[in-house]
Formats: sequence, C-alpha cells, structure tokens
Amino acid sequence: MRLRDILLALLIGVGLWQLLVVITDAPHFILPSPWRVAQAAWRSRAIIAENAWVTLTEVLLGLLVGTVLGALTAIQLAYSRTAERLVLPILVFTQAVPVFALAPLLTLWFGYGMGSKIVMAVLIIYFPVTSAFHDGLVRIDSGYRDLSISMSANRWNFLRHIQIPNALPSLGTGLRLAAVYAPIGAVIGEWVGASRGLGYLMLLANGRAKIDLMFASLIVLACLTVVLHILVGLLATQLTRYARGISIT
Amino acid sequence: MAGSPGILLRGRHRVDGKLLFDVELDIPAGRWTCLLGKSGVGKSTILRLILGLDTGGDFSGAFHATDDAPLDGRISYMAQSDLLLPWLSVLENVCIGARLRGQNPGLARAERLLDRVGLSRHAAQKPGTLSGGMRQRAALARTLFEDRPIVFLDEPFSALDAGTRADMQELAAEVLVGRTVLLVTHDPAEAARLADQITVLTGEGARNWPVPVTPPLRAINAPETLACQAQLLDYLRGRKACA
Repeated sequence: MRLRDILLALLIGVGLWQLLVVITDAPHFILPSPWRVAQAAWRSRAIIAENAWVTLTEVLLGLLVGTVLGALTAIQLAYSRTAERLVLPILVFTQAVPVFALAPLLTLWFGYGMGSKIVMAVLIIYFPVTSAFHDGLVRIDSGYRDLSISMSANRWNFLRHIQIPNALPSLGTGLRLAAVYAPIGAVIGEWVGASRGLGYLMLLANGRAKIDLMFASLIVLACLTVVLHILVGLLATQLTRYARGISIT
Repeated sequence: MAGSPGILLRGRHRVDGKLLFDVELDIPAGRWTCLLGKSGVGKSTILRLILGLDTGGDFSGAFHATDDAPLDGRISYMAQSDLLLPWLSVLENVCIGARLRGQNPGLARAERLLDRVGLSRHAAQKPGTLSGGMRQRAALARTLFEDRPIVFLDEPFSALDAGTRADMQELAAEVLVGRTVLLVTHDPAEAARLADQITVLTGEGARNWPVPVTPPLRAINAPETLACQAQLLDYLRGRKACA
C-alpha cells in the first residue's frame, strides 16, 4: 500500500461522503458534512486526544498481553499432545460464546477502569493469535521432523530451534488479525461502561446530539486502527523475512 | 572410519495389510550399498524403518548392527531435500544437530567441515543465497558433523543437474570413505559409479547385482561403469532377467 494510494482512497471517501450529504440534504445532526466534522475535531482536539490516548493504551496493553498469552498457549499446545487433545476443543468451543456478550460481566468483575477493556481486548485477540501460531507450529515439513529424530533431538529443542522460527510468519498473520480486533474489543468495553476512552466519547457525543463530535471520534479511532494495522503489518513482514532468511530491513 | 558396523535386516513390511516387501538385506560394514528399485517398491521405507522414522505400515522382522550394539544415535541421514533452515547461516545449519541435542555447537569443527566441502567462503550466508549444489554440499557437511559410522542417503543428488550431481557423488565418495553408507537411488549410473554393493529391491525381495570389478569411485565413462549401468537400466525396465 503506497502513500499515494492511501491519500487517493481517502480523497474518494471524503468526496463520496460530501456527495451523500448534498444529495440527501440530511440535517447536520443526522449526517454532518466532512467540513463540519473537521471543525468539531479541531475544536475538541484536547478531549479527543485525551480519550484517544486512553483507548490506545488499552489496545496496546491488550495486544501485548493477548499476544503473549496466545503465543504461550500455542507453544504449549504444540509441545504437549495431551494439552492439544484436551485444550484445543475447549478453545474452539469458547469461540461459540460471543465475546461481546461477556462485556457487561467483565465490567462487573474488573470495574469501569482500563482493566475490563484490556481483558476484553485480550479475550478477543487471544484465539486468533493462538490458532494462527499453533497452525504454523504444527504445519511443518515432515522432513525437518525426520532429520531431528535422526539427530537424536529432544522435543523442546526441536520446538525451540525449528518449529518456533518456522512458525513466525503464522504468528505474524495472527498479529495482523489481532491489530484489527483489539480496538473493537476495547471500544465495546468502553460502550458497556467507562468514563474515558473514544468509545465513551462517542456515546457521550451521541447522547448530547453532537453527531459531528461522534464522527470525529469515530474517524480518530479508525485512524488509530489503521496506523496500528500498518505498524503490526511491518512487524509481521519482518518476522516472515527472518523465517525465510531474508535480511531484515 | 574405524568400527563402522554393517546392518542385517530380515522381515516383511505391510501397508494397510498389503505386503510391500519381504526382504533379507545385508548392508556390509564400511562400504557403499546402493539400493535401487522402481518407485513405490519400498526403498525409502527400509531406510526409514532402520532410522526409526514413521513408515505408515507394519514391519514384522528384525534388524541389527553386525557388532550387535544398538543402532540408535549411530546413523546420520541426508534426504533429497537439503532441509537447511532458511533463518540460520550455513555454518549454523551445519551444527544444528548439536543445538537440537542441547550440546555445544562446536563451530570450529563445523568450519573445518565447510572447508572440506568447499563452502568456507559462504559460512555466514543464508541457504537461500546458495545454488542447489551448494545447498546439498552444506547438507553433506551437516551429515558429516554428526560424525556417525553409518550414513543413510535418500536420493540426495536426484534434484541436481547432471554436472553438479557428478561433482557431489565424487565429494560424497571422498568424505564418507570408511563409513557404512546406504544410498537409495533411482539412478543406475549413480549406483554403477559409487557402489561396493548394488541391491535391487523388487516385490519379490532384495537381490544383489554384480558390480564392476574396479573399486569405486568409478569413472562415468569407464566401460565397466557404462555396462553395469546399461544392464541395470534394462533390468529395471523389465527387459532383462537378473544377472
């Protein structure tokens, strides 16, 4: 994705938005124009920045904790056949429970602060990271396994020196998904109960019919997610380059 | 290498209840045995069986080293695919066995082996930057690093171009001298050049094929090599009875 393409897509998006405003002639408290939203964003920049920082912190901590837990689970599942047999079905089963439905419970358990939002983000990214990394760990050229057996390798060293480096591109795939999901988790947590964060600000603006501010918060959230996605994408690319023996740039 | 034992194998192997082979195989100590046969006849299965790898079938019978010591940890293995780890340097790949066993990698010895296979200038490079022939030389150095008296080679040169293959055969013959080598190959020319013993595997069993009287490594264009190769090819194509 080149910068020129991103700017062009942005311009087209804003153009279509403006066109929709003109065609539908919707009142500004239903669909504000891009210019009106830009003005609201500038006017409320301090409050948006403050709340964006809260959401960003929740997302980054959720991403970090979720990735570490997901990666450790995947390694444990790949290391122990018993764990794989017992835990994997449970993990798949838990995915049948919509994480969003747990948000009120998490708020009850972890309070209105950052904790419940971080846990929400962790829960939402844990499975994609675990699943993608585990898939990479077990999907390995059987020749490596044969070679390791002939070399009298022990199981842990095989996992450490061959399976894990070989699965880094898959971990990267999981991270890319996590970067998109983590903000969703944090914002849903904020919607259910919070006194800070972009999700909270959106609800607040909506309640006070400040739709332009709500749009501004939404756009900032989208920008945060896109930047996070790009940065995590760069990290994932480096992981793939490492695993393929291409020098890291 | 002193003390390289031979291997004796007797038994039958079934896959899904169907007999794959019923053989008596005698792999002489300290020599090159080339195992030939049509695809699917079970050449690689024999090798995998002795190595303790999954064969996808049931073996009833026995195999053992001629010195009666266990075979575990005394066989090194080289496959058709070089199996070099792309994220490690060539040098690190050579000593991967030590890392996998949790031992000191012994880089100095790995460097000497790379020098022996002519790759010392490429020690720090990643495998992806090497040609197919160079990669197989690195895999050969990795096999040598294991320093085991028995070496199993499963069509290690079959994916190489003709010139590189001939070079690799010469290098392997030189560096593996004195070890008990079992080479699984499809190529009668390779067997005719390298073998002290040629064993042809068929559905009926394993039978030894007469090898040229000259010792290996034989010249590609030597009359006895060419004759042996031609007769083997005829036999494998079903145009000639066993010699």
